[in-house]
Amino acid sequence: MNLLSGLLLVLGAIGSLLLAFAASDKVMTFHAVLLLAFFAIGAYLVFRRKPAASIAGYQDDVIRAGAIASIFWGVVGFLVGLVIALQLAWPALNFDLPWTNFGRLRPLHTSAVIFAFGGNILLMTSFHVVQRTCQARLAGGWAGWFVFWGYQLFILMAATGYLLGVTQGKEYAEPEWYVDLWLTIVWVVYLLVFLGTLWKRKEPHIYVANWFYLAFIVTVAMLHLVNNAAIPLSLTGTRSYVVWAGVQDALTQWWYGHNAVGFFLTAGFLAIMYYYVPKRAERPVYSYRLSIVHFWSLIFLYIWAGPHHLHYTALPEWAQTLGMTFSVMLWMPSWGGMVNGLLTLSGAWDKLRTDPVLRMMVVSVAFYGMSTFEGPLMSIKAVNALSHYTDWTIGHVHSGALGWVAFVSFGALYYIVPVLWQRQRLYSNRLVSVHFWIATLGIVLYITAMWVSGILQGLMWRAYDQLGFLEYSFGETVEAMHPFYLIRALGGLLFVLGSLIMAYNLWRTMRGDLREEVDPMATPAAAAAAAS
Amino acid sequence: MSQKPIDEITGTETTGHVWDGIRELNTPLPRWWAWTLYATIIWAIGYWIAMPAWPLLTDYTRGVLGHSQRAQLGDEIAEVKAGQSALAARTADASLADIRTDPELLEFALAGGRSAFAVNCSQCHGSGAAGGKGYPNLNDDDWLWGGKLAAIETSILYGIRSDHDESRANEMPAFGKDELLAPGQIDAVADYVMALAGNGSAAAKGKAVYDEHCVACHMEDGKGNRELGSPNLTDAIWLFGEGKAAVVEAVSNSRRGVMPAWIGRLDRVTIKQLAVYIHSLGGGE
Repeated sequence: MNLLSGLLLVLGAIGSLLLAFAASDKVMTFHAVLLLAFFAIGAYLVFRRKPAASIAGYQDDVIRAGAIASIFWGVVGFLVGLVIALQLAWPALNFDLPWTNFGRLRPLHTSAVIFAFGGNILLMTSFHVVQRTCQARLAGGWAGWFVFWGYQLFILMAATGYLLGVTQGKEYAEPEWYVDLWLTIVWVVYLLVFLGTLWKRKEPHIYVANWFYLAFIVTVAMLHLVNNAAIPLSLTGTRSYVVWAGVQDALTQWWYGHNAVGFFLTAGFLAIMYYYVPKRAERPVYSYRLSIVHFWSLIFLYIWAGPHHLHYTALPEWAQTLGMTFSVMLWMPSWGGMVNGLLTLSGAWDKLRTDPVLRMMVVSVAFYGMSTFEGPLMSIKAVNALSHYTDWTIGHVHSGALGWVAFVSFGALYYIVPVLWQRQRLYSNRLVSVHFWIATLGIVLYITAMWVSGILQGLMWRAYDQLGFLEYSFGETVEAMHPFYLIRALGGLLFVLGSLIMAYNLWRTMRGDLREEVDPMATPAAAAAAAS
Repeated sequence: MSQKPIDEITGTETTGHVWDGIRELNTPLPRWWAWTLYATIIWAIGYWIAMPAWPLLTDYTRGVLGHSQRAQLGDEIAEVKAGQSALAARTADASLADIRTDPELLEFALAGGRSAFAVNCSQCHGSGAAGGKGYPNLNDDDWLWGGKLAAIETSILYGIRSDHDESRANEMPAFGKDELLAPGQIDAVADYVMALAGNGSAAAKGKAVYDEHCVACHMEDGKGNRELGSPNLTDAIWLFGEGKAAVVEAVSNSRRGVMPAWIGRLDRVTIKQLAVYIHSLGGGE
C-alpha cells in the first residue's frame, strides 16, 4: 500500500516537473512548481516512514494541524475582508496596482473565509466528529494527511492565482480548470476517508452530525463538477472556457452558488452544531425526530432555491417562481436546526452565564435562525425587487457568515484545542468573553450598516418624481453609501481584533499555559459551588 | 418495545442511542414548526397554480392569473410614458424660448433635464454641474461655445470634437510638441497670458509671440471667440487648472477635450429639456 501510494506520488512529481517546463504561462509554471514540491515531499515522507508502531486509538494529529490551519486562514481571510471594506470607503487604497485591486482581493477574501477558513474547520471537525461518534480510527492511514495538505495546496494555488490575475470569473468558483481538477482529486479522497470511517464504525447507528457531513461532502462534489465544467485552451496553460453559456450559465452558477451556501456553509456547519453544542452543554439533542425531518426536508428543498439569485433577469419566470417558492418552504427546515440547537440547552441554560464558549455557540445558532428567516424573506420577488444588487445582500451574507458560520467555528475551536492538546482548560475564559463581545459588536455594526445602506440604495435607485423622471444618479447613490461603508469597516475591524484575541488565546492554550483568573461571569453562588 | 431511558431533567424518553456520550431525546416535532412548514407548502402550491411555475416539454404552466413579469414591466413603463405624453408632445412642438415662458413646459423641462443630466452628464460635469479639470463648469457665465439656449442645444446635439459631422470643433496647435515655438517663447507667452488674467505684467517678448500665434483665435484683448470656441483668457477661469505651469502645458501640448454627440442617444425632447435645464443653472444668456 505504501509502495503504491509512494509510486503515485513519484508519478505526480514527474508529471508536475514536466508541466513546469512545458507550461505556456508563468502562473502555470509557478503552480506546477508548487505541485512538484507537494508530490516530492509527500513521496519522501511515504518512503521514509517506518510502519507505525501503533495505529490504535484516534488519528488526532491531522485534526490538530486542521485547527492551526483554520486559525491562520481565518485571520488572513478576515484581514483581507477589512482591507476591501476600507477600499470601498476609500478607493485610493486600491493603490492602482493590479495585485491589490478590489477585483482581485474580493475573491481572495471570499475564498479565504469560505474555503480556506470554513473548509479547514469542516475538515478538522469532520475528522474529529466522525472518529468520536463512530468509535473508529480515521480510515485510509496517511490519506487524511493527503486530504489536509492537498486542500492547503488547493487554497494556495487558488489564492496566488487570483492575485496574479488567473480566474474563470465565476463567483465562489473562481479557480481555473487545473485547480478545480486538483480539488476534485482531494475531495474524492476526502469522501473515501469519511465513508471508510463510517464503514468501520462500532456504533450501530450513524449519528446525525455525520449525515450532515456526508450530505455536505457529496453535494459539494456534485456542485463543483457541474459548475466548473470547462474546456482548457491548452493543457499547459491556465485559461479555459466554461462549457455553459448565457442564462444556462447564470442558472448553473447560482444553483452552485446557493448550494455552496446550503451545503458548505449550512449543512456542514449544522453538523458541527450537532456534535459540539450537546457535548459542550452536556445535554441530549432536543429531538431525534426533528433532526430526521429537518435533515431530509433541508436536503430536498435547498437544491431548488438557486434561481432566487436571478429574479427579474433573463431567467424564465417559471424558474424564478420555483426558486422563490422553494426558498420560502425552506424556512422551517432551516429553523429545525435552530430549534434543535437551542432547545438542546433546556436544562442547561444556566451554563450560558458561566461558559463563554457555549454562549458563542448559542449566539451562532440565533444568528443562523435570523439569517435563515431573512433569506426566504429576501427571495420573495416583491422584496427582492428592492434588495437585489444592494448592500442588503452583503449584510445578509455576513449575518450568516460572521454570526453563524464563524461563531460556531470559534466555538468548535475553543472546544477542540484543549481536548486535542490535552489541556485542563483554555488559557483564558475571560479572553473568550472579550472575543465574544467585541466580535458580536462588530457583527451588529456590520449588518445594521448594510441594512440601512442597502435599503437606502434600493430606494434611491427606484425613486421617481411625480413627473416620472428618475430622482437620483448612480453617483449620488454611491455618495450616500459612504458613511455606512465606514461603519461597516469599523465592524470588520472589531471582528478582526476578536479573531486575533482568539488566536492568542488558543496559541497559549496549545503551549499549555493557564491564565489565573476568576470567571467574570460566575455568580458568588456558582463560585462557591465550584469551590466546594 | 423495550423501555427507553428517560432524561431526568425534561422527563422525555430518549432514543436509547449514545454516541461519544451524546444522547437524543425522542421529543415529537414542535407543532408550530410542523404547521408552519405545512402552511408554506400550501402557500407554494397556491402560488404555482396562480403564477407561471413548472416547465413542460415545450411550454410551461402559465398559471391561472396569466401573469407575465415582462408584460408587467412593459405596462408600467407605458403608464409612465402615457403620463408624460401630452407634455412631451407639446415640448417636441415648442421652441426653446416657448418652453422657457410656458410654466407647465418649463417645470416638465427642468424635471426631465435634471434627471437626464444626473444619468448622462454628471459623470463628467459633476452632480452639481460644477465641472472639474477638463470639464467645464455649467453654472457660471463663462461659455466656450455660447450660453444662449440654441447654442447650448447645439453643443448637446452634436458634441465637442465628437465623431458627428456637425460637431463643434477647433484645434489649438501643440506649439511645443510640434516645435512651432521654442521653450523660451512658450515661457514668455505663458507670462503674457498670466498677465492678461491679471497676474503679473505683460512682458514685451510674450506679447510679440501672442500677437503672432495666438491672436487669431483668442483675439487681441484675449477674450476669446465663441464662434471658434476659443476660451477667454482674461477671466481667471481655467478649464485645465490654474497657474503658469498649466498654461505652459496647454501651449506646449494643446488641449482637446471631447464631448460626445447626444443626438441618436437621447431623444429630441430630452435634449431640449437638457438645454433648458442647463440654461437655467445660472449662466444662461
